[in-house]
Amino acid sequence: MATETIAAIATGMTNAGIGIVRISGEESFPIIDQIYRSRNGRTKLSESPSHTVHYGYICDGEKVIDEVMILILKAPNTYTMEDTVEIDCHGGALVLKRVLETVLKYGARPAEPGEFTKRAFLNGRIDLTQAESVIDVINAQNDFALESSLHQLQGTVKEKIKGIRGAVLHEIAFIESALDDPEHISIDGYGEELMKQVDALAFQIKDLLQCSENGALLKEGIHTVIIGKPNVGKSSLMNALTGRDRAIVTEVAGTTRDILEDQINLNGITLNMTDTAGIHDTSDTVEKIGVEKAKSSLDQADLVIYVADSSSPLDQNDKRIFDLLKEKKVIVLLNKSDLQPVISEQDILSLAEKSNDPVLSISAKDGTGIKELEHVIRKMFFQGEISYNNEIVITNIRQKAALKEALDSLEMVKQSIQDQMPEDFYSIDLVNACDALGKITGESVGEDLVNEIFSKFCMGK
Amino acid sequence: MPCVREEYDICVVGAGHAGCEAALACARLGFQTIMFTVSVESIALMPCNPNIGGTSKGHLVREIDALGGQMGINIDKTFIQSKMLNVSKGPAVHSLRAQADKAEYSRRMRMTLENTDNLTIRQAEVTELMVEHGAVKGVKTFSGAMYFSKAVVLCTGTYLKSRCLYGDTVNYTGPNGLQSADCLSESLREHGIELFRFKTGTPARIDRRSVDFSKMQEQKGDERVVPFSFTTDPEEVQIDQASCWLTYTNLKTHEIIKDNLDRSPLYSGMIEGTGPRYCPSIEDKVVKFADKERHQVFIEPEGLYTNEMYVGGMSSSLPEDVQYQMYRSVAGLEHVKIVRNAYAIEYDCINPRQLYPSLEFKKIKGLFSGGQFNGSSGYEEAAAQGLVAGVNAAMSLKGKEPLVLDRSTSYIGVLIDDLVTKDNHEPYRMMTSRAEYRLLLRQDNADLRLTKIGYEIGLIDQKRYEGILEKERLIEQETERVQHVNIGANALVQKVLKEHKSTPLKTGTTLAELIRRPELSYESLAEIDEERPLLPADVAEQVNINIKYDGYIRRQLKQVKEFKKLEKKKLPEHFDYNQVNSLRIEAKQKLNLCQPVNVGQASRISGVSPADISVLLVYLEQMNRKNSED
Repeated sequence: MATETIAAIATGMTNAGIGIVRISGEESFPIIDQIYRSRNGRTKLSESPSHTVHYGYICDGEKVIDEVMILILKAPNTYTMEDTVEIDCHGGALVLKRVLETVLKYGARPAEPGEFTKRAFLNGRIDLTQAESVIDVINAQNDFALESSLHQLQGTVKEKIKGIRGAVLHEIAFIESALDDPEHISIDGYGEELMKQVDALAFQIKDLLQCSENGALLKEGIHTVIIGKPNVGKSSLMNALTGRDRAIVTEVAGTTRDILEDQINLNGITLNMTDTAGIHDTSDTVEKIGVEKAKSSLDQADLVIYVADSSSPLDQNDKRIFDLLKEKKVIVLLNKSDLQPVISEQDILSLAEKSNDPVLSISAKDGTGIKELEHVIRKMFFQGEISYNNEIVITNIRQKAALKEALDSLEMVKQSIQDQMPEDFYSIDLVNACDALGKITGESVGEDLVNEIFSKFCMGK
Repeated sequence: MPCVREEYDICVVGAGHAGCEAALACARLGFQTIMFTVSVESIALMPCNPNIGGTSKGHLVREIDALGGQMGINIDKTFIQSKMLNVSKGPAVHSLRAQADKAEYSRRMRMTLENTDNLTIRQAEVTELMVEHGAVKGVKTFSGAMYFSKAVVLCTGTYLKSRCLYGDTVNYTGPNGLQSADCLSESLREHGIELFRFKTGTPARIDRRSVDFSKMQEQKGDERVVPFSFTTDPEEVQIDQASCWLTYTNLKTHEIIKDNLDRSPLYSGMIEGTGPRYCPSIEDKVVKFADKERHQVFIEPEGLYTNEMYVGGMSSSLPEDVQYQMYRSVAGLEHVKIVRNAYAIEYDCINPRQLYPSLEFKKIKGLFSGGQFNGSSGYEEAAAQGLVAGVNAAMSLKGKEPLVLDRSTSYIGVLIDDLVTKDNHEPYRMMTSRAEYRLLLRQDNADLRLTKIGYEIGLIDQKRYEGILEKERLIEQETERVQHVNIGANALVQKVLKEHKSTPLKTGTTLAELIRRPELSYESLAEIDEERPLLPADVAEQVNINIKYDGYIRRQLKQVKEFKKLEKKKLPEHFDYNQVNSLRIEAKQKLNLCQPVNVGQASRISGVSPADISVLLVYLEQMNRKNSED
């Protein structure tokens, strides 16, 4: 059975060692032939024997993306029983992502949740006894994808995509209602008007794609939570790191009543910073909500920065917070190093019952120690102690692929207009664009279109 | 008590457009068929608009014809005006529409039925369905007569418990004052069939002598008429055509309507049924599109031997006195006399998700249904389903696989798949936008798509079948040839290009490349194509389309290939999806309710996600392997 060729990152997104991009399907070899260059310029990996390893480069045209080892696996002796290529990359998480994007650009599509395993099963590679676990993999990955695709899509981005999709849908509905009821609705000379509209929409999508380059579609990066008791200087730290007066900083304990989020970039490593309200027993209900939120954002944290005020003694509240951090990667900051310290590194580590967490003295107020903090985070990343959330990156790539698909479809609409094709041809690619955007927003064209036609255009006997 | 007891192979209940096609198909396939109607005079009645065809509906008529149905032949013999719509658009949306002489249409169809072997026409109201052990046994009529059969096709249209309304006037009748069928609904419910209540409406009929046509624009038919049926000789349809007339509503009309909205049964809540959004009453249009200053009104003849005319665009259920005011506010209708009032009609129909794509009920073996009874609307939609239901009643008696047309083969396939798969809350009307492979499903190639299937069923004769094979061969050969005809930049070529306002050639090219230019076509380049064989016009048309839209056609063919993969994965009948643990609850419920026949159909049910489909695929594979191990 002919199937589409799929690709995904098959390993974690750490910077620790190598990562693998896996391609499976009929087009695997033609794709790798287009993007592979050996040191002496040879490209035809498809002619190599199965189960051989090749050293060389992944290139997008003239541009070299990464230095890689490539494993050629010919059907049927592969995991999916289809032609498979595995690319071992060396350049770290971000390069891994760019290698995958190059593979997609040359004809693969992002794998659906659990799709490699699904294919392995359907093609008879996996034993019947494992069927249930195959289904579990599909469901688990899908649940995540569903959640991240909608929930983690930032509000404004989501609204923008919905807006673009709505505009495309409206154009289709107009064309379709005119085709269905030509005696009531005329679309003569509509091409010119549509051209302008499609241009504007294509521009908006390009803008979104630009954003996605900076990881702004989904909050891709290391989810970092700043936590500590009230008024230890968490917000000041956030401000020092982001370089903006974002959090409200006052002398009154408990000023940060909600979660503040920001993204910072440390020499190419993205941190999603979440500043939380200070955790302590509180009777103030508004603040209580903030505390609950802080606890729940800890669940998703890849890295926790614990801030203590070195000028005041540790207490039960510190202990209570540390109990929440048992399973987490933590950096401890002794803030307010400009004041007289009353606690030491030893005090805090014994309270936390952790011995290996790095402890730094800083002053968020005057910026002392911030450079050292950045250095520690970078080191942890490159040693693989903390990593990007793999699924978020994958979802982001999927969404980016969908945006590109929508953009390509809009370009085809423009081509049809330029070629003076009849109006009904415009809607073919407009529908494709709408479908592609619907993959992100979770909507499908069918009923939506019928509803749009009937609600916006007056037709019929 | 003694009563009439007769035996047939198949009972068809109803003699509208669905019933006619169903009965003809069954009888032509050799089965003793009896067709019931509440009135023999109302066979193939057109109780609403006087047209056959129109956008997407014209496609359906062509497809019915290609499969061996009757509608196309009948309208070709009884039309009084014909138009190909959307000719300035692409070939996929060209649609034929004819004005019918209603009485003639009805009379001709009745004549055809009366002269078909194996077919009995019986005037009687069917009141009861006889079912035993989950299989249909026949029907009972109002008089108590029993008709036993192995299959029953229900095509009751809008007659079940129907009532007609305008203002606060209610008539408990079917359309046109015909007797309604008030008992069958109860019997259906007793057999576990779920019913919906839908409504639709029709405008007034007026007296031609009271219309001032000088205030309207004349709408003429096409100069060269194209027949509906592939079997009709095009020369036979070049007739003197009747005219339709265009006028408009105005602000005064809208004011009259708005002032009387509270007297409409729709707005007063008297009507419970769900009406179609695509065929809104004039009061709906005025309310919903309040910013529009006028709406089109088409005055169309109902036939050659009547003065009655149809007021297209102004269906209504307002009271009689308001109807007079409203119609008389329209230019040209100032002194209009109403012959029949506009009215809304409410009726019982089924939730079509109780049907397999063969149009057989999932719960009752041998029971089939088609037409408005299935929640659709329109003569053409009805006829298409009637044909499929009739054919499949016959196939079930023959013990053969049912005729199931998928979405990539035809509008009929799209229509039936939508009905049996999707949530349908209003009378369903065909639209070209519902067909995702529209470019392949053209009215001009319906014969190429379906006639071979019609032949396999047994409704198309040998001669017609061979004709299609020959046509296919010619198209393929000529399409191939045209790709390889080289055209040099010589004087004749440049002259011809200039004549068609096309850019002159700088270097040589192929004939196919030139045909792709928007201003040129296969036909217009005959002069520079010396080797061109003499071909029938319909072959030349196909070659032109194949070449001109090659890229788009190829893309759709690729999509169809993807689509077919899931269609081929069959799902078990009467399956309990609760067994598949990993499906989400919503998916389990929807799948249990709909009982799709294949994974493709399952994927089109709203509430079933792509992940559920993955789970289903894995589950199916698991079952297959277990079965093969046993």
